[in-house]
Amino acid sequence: MRIVIIGNGVAGITAARYLRKLSDHEIIVVSEEAPYHFSRPAMMYVSMGHMTYDNTKPYEDWFWKKNRIELVHDAVSAIAPSFSSGDEEGFSPGKYVVAMLRGETIDADTIIFATGSEPAWFGWTGEHLPGVQAYVHKSDLEALERNVQGARNAVVVGGGLIGVEAAEVLHARGLHVTMLVRESGFYRRVFPAEESDIITKHIAAQGIDLRLSTELDRIVGGENGGRVDHVITSSGERIQADVVILATGVKPTIDLAKQSGLNTDRGILINDRFETSLPNVFAIGDCAQFEHGVEQLWYTARAHGEHVARVIIEGAGPYVRGTYFNSAKFFELEWQVYGEIPADSDSTTSEYWSELQPIRCLRIAHRNGVVIGIHGIGVRLRQDVCTTWIDAGATIEVVRKNIQSAVFDPEFTRKVTV
Amino acid sequence: MNYIELTVPDSMRNHGTMWSRWKSRGVPAYLLALLLTGFYVLVYWFPEPLAPLASLLDPLAQLLRGSAADRWFLYGTVYTIAVFVMGARMLLRYRTQRYHVYRTLTLMTVQLMMSYLIPALLARMGSKEFYFSYFWPLKPEYLFPSNISALVQSDNGLLMFMGFWTITMTVVATPVLTYFYGKRWYCSWVCGCGALAETAGDPFRQNSDKTLSAWKIERWMVHSVLASVVSVTGLIWWANVDPASPIAPYAQDANKVYGFLIGSVFSGVIGVGFYPLMGARVWCRFGCPMAAVLGLIQKYASRFRITTNGSQCISCGNCSTYCEMGIDVRAYAQRGEDIKRASCVGCGVCATVCPRGVLKLENH
Ligand SMILES: Cc1cc2nc3c(=O)[nH]c(=O)nc-3n(C[C@H](O)[C@H](O)[C@H](O)COP(=O)(O)OP(=O)(O)OC[C@H]3O[C@@H](n4cnc5c(N)ncnc54)[C@H](O)[C@@H]3O)c2cc1C
Ligand code: SF4
Ligand code: SF4
Repeated sequence: MRIVIIGNGVAGITAARYLRKLSDHEIIVVSEEAPYHFSRPAMMYVSMGHMTYDNTKPYEDWFWKKNRIELVHDAVSAIAPSFSSGDEEGFSPGKYVVAMLRGETIDADTIIFATGSEPAWFGWTGEHLPGVQAYVHKSDLEALERNVQGARNAVVVGGGLIGVEAAEVLHARGLHVTMLVRESGFYRRVFPAEESDIITKHIAAQGIDLRLSTELDRIVGGENGGRVDHVITSSGERIQADVVILATGVKPTIDLAKQSGLNTDRGILINDRFETSLPNVFAIGDCAQFEHGVEQLWYTARAHGEHVARVIIEGAGPYVRGTYFNSAKFFELEWQVYGEIPADSDSTTSEYWSELQPIRCLRIAHRNGVVIGIHGIGVRLRQDVCTTWIDAGATIEVVRKNIQSAVFDPEFTRKVTV
Repeated sequence: MNYIELTVPDSMRNHGTMWSRWKSRGVPAYLLALLLTGFYVLVYWFPEPLAPLASLLDPLAQLLRGSAADRWFLYGTVYTIAVFVMGARMLLRYRTQRYHVYRTLTLMTVQLMMSYLIPALLARMGSKEFYFSYFWPLKPEYLFPSNISALVQSDNGLLMFMGFWTITMTVVATPVLTYFYGKRWYCSWVCGCGALAETAGDPFRQNSDKTLSAWKIERWMVHSVLASVVSVTGLIWWANVDPASPIAPYAQDANKVYGFLIGSVFSGVIGVGFYPLMGARVWCRFGCPMAAVLGLIQKYASRFRITTNGSQCISCGNCSTYCEMGIDVRAYAQRGEDIKRASCVGCGVCATVCPRGVLKLENH
């Protein structure tokens, strides 16, 4: 059997690795962005000079050949049912021909879409001016290197996790950064008031000009339609900008899937075994949409990759996502979360502890005394301990008493005292 | 509430490292490597040009050792200054992380006391110039029969203590401490080579080779050195016990060859000279027989490991990039596996640079 995977992001690559582990099938990964898999969340460290691009590749280049995973650096332009062999009419159901931009075609018995996501922009005036960019793909890394040359002022639009990374990168490159954030506090959509306040102040203290409750109205170019010159905010303010990073979220990359006749909505529609509307065609990672919606995280993409391999080779049952977890970093402040921390958590629905120097805080959210989520800022927390508590329905008393056993801070760090 | 930001920008610590020509094998790095290598060659084999430099240190040498400064005094002084100057840099750079503050201060203190002042004072007292922080097999001669019998059978209390110290540290303390804490108790807290690597070498840690082929070479080389030092020690003992045996005349020659190739060329000239090109732990990784012994204990009989926090790894590669021992930490972390590698010196930098809080040094 020949399995063709479209996209060498973490979803596609994890699928390929597990398919190889579990089977002897022919595996081909076609991807247009980069010849080898790299870590997308590591992009910022390349832009800040912490790592080279090569350092972001989790596997040495010989790895693929040794494991008989064929890599093709090209874009898939079309997928069609195969007519070359099969029944009387020459049509073999569930077999496909994959066509690539450079003209090559490959026959496939199984196809996995792992096409990831792309920047979601909202058709602003001026969004295509030189100096305006996203921060999602490898090409954006290269664009950033060009755009920061000689630049002094930058505007980052969007107060999400990519937005704060973009701001950190531009700040590290010596630009004056203004950040436009729609919410009234940083990440307030996700964070309770206290945490949002901490992060908001922390970002401002780094020297970022943070504009809350502010949206982008339009981007304006310089004389004779040249490079971006300034942006106008929703309140009519004009902010000077030589670089604009639009970090207003991502949307699943589904053009190819749509053209190929797959059912799509926001993403490629799948059931809980990653099966799309066509036989032997699967979708995983950022591009896939379950009945309950999309899951667009590094961790979920990796889990999808492993599970789809088990579905294909072992006929595994439904994918069940474990207890939610995530992590991010806001300049200096690391954040780790397990389970659910409602943004409207308060003293009746959670226990909250904080320290100022250095900034550390911890929140344990509960429902009628049963813990539903734990997160920490500036405090590292053990995933296994936290999820075991949450899964077992531990009470707030138990968790509070044993909180130190969940702390994952380096040796000699001051203890947490909830 | 008023948030005062006293934390240094930790996340900026490595800003621009990959663009720095000093830190990323640019021309200045090669010149520095040449300078360091040249210095070692002079110290070991052509000391005359250093004489005027050494004589500048005469007053200090008179004060500490009660004799004129020779090249070894010059070398020791330069070494200790390097550990202190770059140690101060290290402390500033990692000042928010207590693990690094404590171990750097310890390394600096041990270097100053055990490797510089105490040996000098011992020499001044006319006693044996003894280094309390070095043991066999890093200092092979400490377990040679001539040394052991001279110390243990001496009626001088100090010398007896030295003999007792050497034997206990080598045979008892080393395995016991390594069982509880891993090899880091020595390599990142005590050792003089470690002291230089962790201070003067910190700017170059990213230049270690992380490839699988480098790991293969490392295992082959470091264990060969260990085998050599065991053989040399064995030969010397054999020659001592049975001076009439046919191998006896070669024992000293073997020791000399070892001392030249490993003690001087490898640990000194290459070990330090190549800091700017291959990272600070070239010797510790590829050559040090002490590291080999500690590594075997660490791998097979130690409670030490680096724990991976569940599935939180984003495969970014900061840990592998900044591991001075060239361990591909990410390869383990992204699979959710703990890291238990013989070469890990427990410097803790992988855990510090990880942006997702995935790694923790633990003695389980
Ligand atoms: C800057 C940044 C930081 C992030 N940080 C985090 C983080 O800290 N934690 C976290 O959980 N998540 C993070 N994410 C999100 C995370 O990176 C994604 O969820 C994850 O990469 C999704 O993986 P994927 O394999 O589904 O898709 P992708 O990584 O997007 O890979 C899809 C690949 O498919 C290729 N492709 C698409 N169409 C075609 C075609 N027609 N032909 C050939 N190839 C095609 C694309 O070029 C791309 O290379 C971050 C994202 C960004 C942009
Ligand atoms: S694995 Fe981590 S602790 Fe061990 S040597 Fe490498 S960076 Fe240091
Ligand atoms: S630094 Fe942390 S997140 Fe990055 S690869 Fe290493 S363990 Fe994973």
